[in-house]
Amino acid sequence: MLRLINFAHSEIFMLGTLGALFAASLLGYHAGDATPALTGLVVFLIVGTLFAATLAGGGAILLERLAYRRLRHRGAGRLAALISAIGASFAMQEMFALRYGRDALQFPRVLDKNRLFSLFDANVRADKVVVFVSAVVMMLLLDQFVQRTRLGRGIRAVAQDPETATLMGVDIDRVVVLTFLLGGIMAGVAGVLFEVFRETTRFNVGFLYGIKAFTAAVLGGIGNLRGALVGGLVLGVMENYGAAIFGNQWRDVVAFVLLVVVLMFRPTGILGESLSQGRA
Amino acid sequence: MAIDVRARLRNFEVIEPIARRWRRLPPGFRLVIVLAFVAFLWILPTLTVPVLDTPGSSFSSVLFYPVGIYVLVAIGLNIVVGEAGLLDLGYVAFFAIGAYTMAILGTDIGAGFWRILPFDVPMNWRFWVILPIGILVSMGAGLILGSPTLRLRGDYLAIVTLGFGEIVRLTARNTDSIGGPRGIANIPHPYLPGIKFGILDPTPYYRLLLLIIILVVLMVRRLERSRVGRAWTAIREDEDAAELMGVPTFKYKLWAFAMGAGIGGLAGVVYASRVNAITPDSFQLVLSILFLAAVVLGGSGNMYGAALGAAVVAYLPERFRSFGDRRVLIFGVAMVVMMNFRPEGLLPSRRRAAELHDVRPEDELDAGESEVVEAESA
Repeated sequence: MLRLINFAHSEIFMLGTLGALFAASLLGYHAGDATPALTGLVVFLIVGTLFAATLAGGGAILLERLAYRRLRHRGAGRLAALISAIGASFAMQEMFALRYGRDALQFPRVLDKNRLFSLFDANVRADKVVVFVSAVVMMLLLDQFVQRTRLGRGIRAVAQDPETATLMGVDIDRVVVLTFLLGGIMAGVAGVLFEVFRETTRFNVGFLYGIKAFTAAVLGGIGNLRGALVGGLVLGVMENYGAAIFGNQWRDVVAFVLLVVVLMFRPTGILGESLSQGRA
Repeated sequence: MAIDVRARLRNFEVIEPIARRWRRLPPGFRLVIVLAFVAFLWILPTLTVPVLDTPGSSFSSVLFYPVGIYVLVAIGLNIVVGEAGLLDLGYVAFFAIGAYTMAILGTDIGAGFWRILPFDVPMNWRFWVILPIGILVSMGAGLILGSPTLRLRGDYLAIVTLGFGEIVRLTARNTDSIGGPRGIANIPHPYLPGIKFGILDPTPYYRLLLLIIILVVLMVRRLERSRVGRAWTAIREDEDAAELMGVPTFKYKLWAFAMGAGIGGLAGVVYASRVNAITPDSFQLVLSILFLAAVVLGGSGNMYGAALGAAVVAYLPERFRSFGDRRVLIFGVAMVVMMNFRPEGLLPSRRRAAELHDVRPEDELDAGESEVVEAESA
């Protein structure tokens, strides 16, 4: 949205998974325990989201303060911000690694991976349904937020034309911080969902997902939330078809070749740039 | 004047006065200093400098890899990122292609290649034949990647190049005929009569690399000041305006890509001939990011800055090896701090620095203004 490649976003996501872990241990769930009852799950989802969103959101604000703000004020280019973010990302990963070690942390099972029903020979598991439904709900909420609220309008204004936005009385610093906070909260929720599904986290958990998320965003068209959804969906589906056809080790190759091909024909992503038109 | 000094300190401007004095020196004098510096670099591996030394790893090996190789790669990447303003996040691909060219042609895997040549190349001398081939192959890869993708801009180009880097690495990993995940071992060393290129002593490799770097620097310097270099600058500053002024932007962008790729490949060839064995995992995405960090940290757009940045990025983690686990943390924090204090890099290009200073007065009045400049250069 803000025309920034936020390389440290994967670490914000990592903070989210960590927050979920904190919440779990606070509630007395530990790896290897029996799965709690449904009320336990609901409580965990609420407390976990609260924790993860606080941690990831706080991390995002801190990141904006320390790594981005000064650069933005000095009018430094995107490259400088990119490198600063990479540095911050290294630092955050290492802090995690130093505190919790480099091995994966196990996460308690909060939801049994029972098969709910079959859909065209595919097993649909309970945890997958929870993740999928929550993701769609979050998407819709975010989309509405950006479209309808005052802050959302501010974000779009800054994305489109920062100068005019300033002239119109938009406080850029405030909008940027709040955008980071929003991104952090989303990452926090993603962290909780990830824990429900994968039940593990480690210091560099975010890296691959960060790259994939970025790929999906580009595939759909940067600065376009619906595009990101479409991009993520297309990427995920193609990756798995590719893996099925060419073998699992070619999965990422398929994903990136797809990306190159799509961008060759649609240089601004599948859904184009609806928010910041003509500024690619 | 007191305010001036304070402002300078705040913006960490200690290098600019030196640079200004440097430009005022008579050319002959400057040449002497440069030659003395080269001579110093030449004997550097044999010296034991107390502060510079790298505890935990041999200083002369560190000078070759990572420092020397990073410097060469950064000079190449600087053409793409600094000169032409194309954000390349998959530069390691060209480095890998150069290294794999050396590995394949140097070992039994590429034996067939030597048989189809009309003349016989003795085993010893093959490095010198592979060197230009490696450069050409990487340049070819640069053209192949560049021709469909260079119409993209900004972030889109960044992610496509990143993808390309991963495609190259994963393809090498998944192709069993070139070793798959195990890579290729027993890569031959270079040969020159009278000099021993062995496994143990890194000094000859370092000196060879130093000579190569000097040659590349001289060549790129000529290129920068030519029509091509001016075209790159124009594209970086404003691609649309350049196009309207009649600069064939696509052609020159492709040219920048190929040149950068060639230098990356060259670095790869030299690297492979030293390390004896390479695996696909020697060419991780992180390396691309570090290369880019080197260029930007040093001063994107200024070759010497990029070289300095590369030396810093390569050297710091080695220097702080005694900090053990904490060194990457320190390195990350150092990157943030350096970028915050000198967003234009350690040794910025003069043009870039001028642009930033242009912005500054407005900056004091209104933070929002700077956003515009940033967006426009994007």
